[in-house]
Amino acid sequence: MPKTLYDKIWESHLVEEQKDGTSLLYIDRHLVHEVTSPQAFEGLRINKRKVRAPKSTLAVVDHNVPTSDRSKGIKDKESAIQVEALSKNCKDFGIEFFGLTDKRQGIVHVIGPEQGFTQPGMTIVCGDSHTSTHGAFGALAFGIGTSEVEHVLATQTLIQSRAKNFKICVDGKLPEGVTAKDVILSIIGKIGTAGGTGYVIEYCGEVFRNFSMEERMTVCNMSIEGGARAGLVAPDQKTFDYIKGRPMAPQNKDWDKALAYWKTLFTEENAKFDREVYLNGNDIVPTVTWGTSPQDISPVTGKVPDPKTEKNEDRKKSMLRSLEYMGLEPNTPIQEISIDKVFIGSCTNGRIEDLRAVAKVVKGKKVNKQVSAMVVPGSGLVKIQAEKEGIDKILKEAGFDWREPGCSMCLGMNPDQLKPKERCASTSNRNFEGRQGRGGRTHLVSPVMAAAAAIEGKFVDIRKFS
Amino acid sequence: MKKFERFKALAAHVSIMNVDTDMIIPKQFLKTIKRTGLGAGLFYELRFDEKGNEIKDFILNQAPFNKAKILISGKNFGCGSSREHAPWALLDFGIKCVIAPSFADIFYNNCFKNGILPIVLDEKLVKELSELADKKKEIEIDLEDQKIHKGDNRPIDFDIDPFKKECLMKGYDDIALTLNKNQKISTFEDKKKTLTPWLYT
Repeated sequence: MPKTLYDKIWESHLVEEQKDGTSLLYIDRHLVHEVTSPQAFEGLRINKRKVRAPKSTLAVVDHNVPTSDRSKGIKDKESAIQVEALSKNCKDFGIEFFGLTDKRQGIVHVIGPEQGFTQPGMTIVCGDSHTSTHGAFGALAFGIGTSEVEHVLATQTLIQSRAKNFKICVDGKLPEGVTAKDVILSIIGKIGTAGGTGYVIEYCGEVFRNFSMEERMTVCNMSIEGGARAGLVAPDQKTFDYIKGRPMAPQNKDWDKALAYWKTLFTEENAKFDREVYLNGNDIVPTVTWGTSPQDISPVTGKVPDPKTEKNEDRKKSMLRSLEYMGLEPNTPIQEISIDKVFIGSCTNGRIEDLRAVAKVVKGKKVNKQVSAMVVPGSGLVKIQAEKEGIDKILKEAGFDWREPGCSMCLGMNPDQLKPKERCASTSNRNFEGRQGRGGRTHLVSPVMAAAAAIEGKFVDIRKFS
Repeated sequence: MKKFERFKALAAHVSIMNVDTDMIIPKQFLKTIKRTGLGAGLFYELRFDEKGNEIKDFILNQAPFNKAKILISGKNFGCGSSREHAPWALLDFGIKCVIAPSFADIFYNNCFKNGILPIVLDEKLVKELSELADKKKEIEIDLEDQKIHKGDNRPIDFDIDPFKKECLMKGYDDIALTLNKNQKISTFEDKKKTLTPWLYT
């Protein structure tokens, strides 16, 4: 029977499979960060267990770290303890660790690909739901809880059941100004926030083939916002070119062997998917979320929806709750919504191509007086590259705050938070109540839409912005 | 892990769809390096105002629901972040069972690792149970027979993966179970080292 890409990766990592489908899956790579790992290491110590494959594990601090000057360490005591705990755990268990002052430090899902740690055909896990990002390389990558982090550290395996196959195909050509972020928001708007539950998504079609690796990462990153633990794009020449020469990529003879294997990683013709959804790329438009779930999307030219027109009672109740939280009136044109803050960064949109696109939009312009705008590079290496290209100067001249790398205001574990009722155009991935700070109001958008909103002080159609 | 035993208790009905794990346990509580004590942060922004005062309207602040051991909620419960602090907070508060029309995958799995039983039921049945909860009627959770008793001789059946059920019933440490298969893992690893050697250099 013809196999999907997911079937191939799943089957090649099966240590055993019980009759009821309960399977032991081998894990090739494990990424660790400071927030979801301390209890796992504590568990290992209590039970006198070792880390089975320290060389398959890479750790970094990202969630808690300040994005301001770090020369004096971390002011917040609890954050400092958590960061210090990871450093000690890595030392004790022999795991490579990128600390606060390491130039390679950054968001865990930015540094994995950047270092060549992420490769096609692998199984990759991390105690973070946005691990789906690494699926852009044709790796089966998904988020796990802390008990599972401990399980992987101790055994290099996970107890899992097979997921179903979901094909999302986007053909056609994206109009100018429409980005990978608009594509994934449109997909989530179509399938809903639970549409992918129980599935692994494979993104197929012309649009994803034409995307760069970074654009594919943006799409796969938000698979979890559509309920799918993992999203995949089959590897191709772009994938191989991206990986080649990176510090942890295969070298010399190993490279040839790896390449030959990676070329076998695709969905075979006539393979069966349990669900298929098709979108036309030509129809996708710049998108803004209006509510408190990533599925609450509107075209930038649209209006805030009116709950009165919603027939489903539960949905209506949920819309009313969202609009009250967001401080929005039904039928307000999206382009009349003023903003207070702009956040550019996160594992969704904190890479060099995102920063280049932002710089192009804001060059020679000024951030609106009522707006405070910040840019947080995804990693130290992204920051260095941006500075080499003069992107930092363009952004600073426009009035953006240029910060140190980390997760920052995507989840506000560090001091970068929204105040109650502050409204933010954010390139991150979640607009949940309180996500960016208690009472904060998040609108998810692409980097270029966020950049244009920073200049105008409200949402504008990037296609008409000059 | 504690064995999951049959119990009868009051359920609290939190009538929200897509309850995300940020809502269950907000960011400021993730800075702990412990698994315990998170009950204080459960649904923090729904339970306490900006000054830290209790919000009286919220169900988990109202007696007798502040002692509820079962939570009933809307579909796609536990979506978003993978933070296991969410089930830790529920457990610390005293919740041992969550009933909803559907759950997000990562949260669903995390529950089992902590002795919490998540039960998926048809929306109509969830509604029926939520009405009983609103009337302060206790229900009984029987994992062994996979039934919810509501005192009317018409128990509700529920499905559960047999392996997950066994782990809950017996309170297994699944890492110990897997470590017993160490030889099998090593054999698999040896085979992989030949097939994909670049992963091991």
